[in-house]
Amino acid sequence: MIKIANISKRFKKFSLEDISLNIEDNEYFVILGPTGVGKTVILEIIAGLIKPDFGDVFIGEKRITNLPPEERNIGMVYQDYMLFPHLNVEENIVFGLKSRRVKKDEIRYLLNNIVELFRIEHLLTRKTKNLSGGEKQRVALARALITSPQILLLDEPLSALDPQTKEKFIEDLKNLHKQLKTTTIHVTHDFNEAFSLADKIAIMKDGKIVQDGDSKDVFNKPNSDFVARFTGVRNIFRGQIVNDDSDTYVSVNGLKIRVATEKKGSVNISIRPEDILLSIKPLDSSARNVFPGVIKRICEQLSIVHVTVDIGIPLVVYITRQSLKELNLVENKKVFVTFKASAVHVY
Amino acid sequence: MIKKAWFELILSFLGILLLFFIAAPVAKLIFGVEPQVLIDTVKEEEVYSSILLTFSASLVATLISILLGVPLAYLLARKDFFGKSFVESLIDIPVIIPHTAAGIALLMVFGRNFFLGRFFSIFGIEFVGEFAGIVVAMMFVSMPFLVNEVKEGFKSIDVKLEKVARSLGSSPARTFFKVSLPLNFNHLISGSLMMWARGLSEFGAVVILAYHPMTASVLIYERFTSFGLKYSSPVAAIMVITSLIVFIFLTLINRKNSVEGRERENELD
Repeated sequence: MIKIANISKRFKKFSLEDISLNIEDNEYFVILGPTGVGKTVILEIIAGLIKPDFGDVFIGEKRITNLPPEERNIGMVYQDYMLFPHLNVEENIVFGLKSRRVKKDEIRYLLNNIVELFRIEHLLTRKTKNLSGGEKQRVALARALITSPQILLLDEPLSALDPQTKEKFIEDLKNLHKQLKTTTIHVTHDFNEAFSLADKIAIMKDGKIVQDGDSKDVFNKPNSDFVARFTGVRNIFRGQIVNDDSDTYVSVNGLKIRVATEKKGSVNISIRPEDILLSIKPLDSSARNVFPGVIKRICEQLSIVHVTVDIGIPLVVYITRQSLKELNLVENKKVFVTFKASAVHVY
Repeated sequence: MIKKAWFELILSFLGILLLFFIAAPVAKLIFGVEPQVLIDTVKEEEVYSSILLTFSASLVATLISILLGVPLAYLLARKDFFGKSFVESLIDIPVIIPHTAAGIALLMVFGRNFFLGRFFSIFGIEFVGEFAGIVVAMMFVSMPFLVNEVKEGFKSIDVKLEKVARSLGSSPARTFFKVSLPLNFNHLISGSLMMWARGLSEFGAVVILAYHPMTASVLIYERFTSFGLKYSSPVAAIMVITSLIVFIFLTLINRKNSVEGRERENELD
């Protein structure tokens, strides 16, 4: 287990404040947050590349806060690959083994294994400048993993890849983690990437962790507007809890939305756009919230369509291009939106 | 379009004026001396030994500066510490002070009656009127070219490359020798070439610390003051031709490295 206990680090224009995290063995942990919140600094503190002002880092029971990076057995992959440009691919990959004075025979054996795992045999003699983004990424991972690190740190490893390569690489990372089970800490600003990979997640804002836990919980139950917006929730409203005979509502601008909560008084609610159904007629279902509305805006994205429906409040719904076509949806058309009371997160 | 053409014409004209200003005296010096006179002058022992002395003293000065200057350049590029600006200014001092003043300053430290002079004399090393004095004078005035170039080279290397090396188990020393230094090779070579070339031409500091044995520039000065232009210009021409040949040769060798280095830097950008 990796334990980060009350880490603080002050820089001229930025500071990390009281960061504490527990990361279990074999876990895929994602730190998610906008650019410049200190995600990379946390990785570099774990790697021993930056010394914290306060706090400690433990691996298992061992305090490693003052251990130099070369004695930590931690692999690191940066966003821009950071392959050594004066070395070819093979020399890059075995750099860590040579640093550890591993014998030649063993280097050859480990090299063969890792190039097989990453399918990069054909790249070994190439110069790094002649590699594509995806190839560089595989080489960087191979270089980090050949020494069998206890922990793998990934600093925005997918941000320099094109969308198609990125999708494939997410699958590769998942499979790799399943196979090697190396405890991985991955930082990113992309919530889709985080959601696809994370067992657990921590969300950062202004040098602090604002929410952490199981990835599904964080995505479905954000504890603040910031987390909700950052994790892709488009429908965030403020309202009052109203208790009826048998139901609990949140009243937003007079619109009564059924919710499942014990909270009282003034609350925030968030509804994920993908949890809302759009139909021409009212749907016959168990969902407790069905509202008529008018389409105000249709915004076509790459694979999905964002439809804004005015139901007294503007509600964003995600549908497929096929649905848009089949339902013949246009602006100002009357429609119905349907969502479960449990799809409304109250905080 | 016409305005643009005029503007470019004016820029070119001003540039050509400056190039002419540099090339004309050099060309006049080289081609103004009859070839036979040049050959006869080269054969004089005093001339060729002074040229060899100049080249070797500048080379030794450069090698010592590499040994002492590269670590300093690395520290300045990578570390923030109290007094860093002062240290950087200190390195530039030899460039801005008159070189004769530099010679006097060096004499007051390396002279026989001064502390460093006395210290080195324990090991049998004398500076005044000696090869070591020429080396020290050349080193003092030319070292900023090396240190500043190498420092800029280290700055241009992404520090994350060094961080990755450390995370891969490389000690700070191994990271320096296997990552930082090889990546800075082209800056090291060009800095060394600049320093070496600057050392060759040094007169002011050398003449104060070690008039004898005579370096080429001191010999040229001596012949000019004793015998006039006619006797000094062949020595000057030989020195310029030799320097140009060696400098062009080394630059060509370095070009390949520089191109590869630039490619690497571009890749990092």
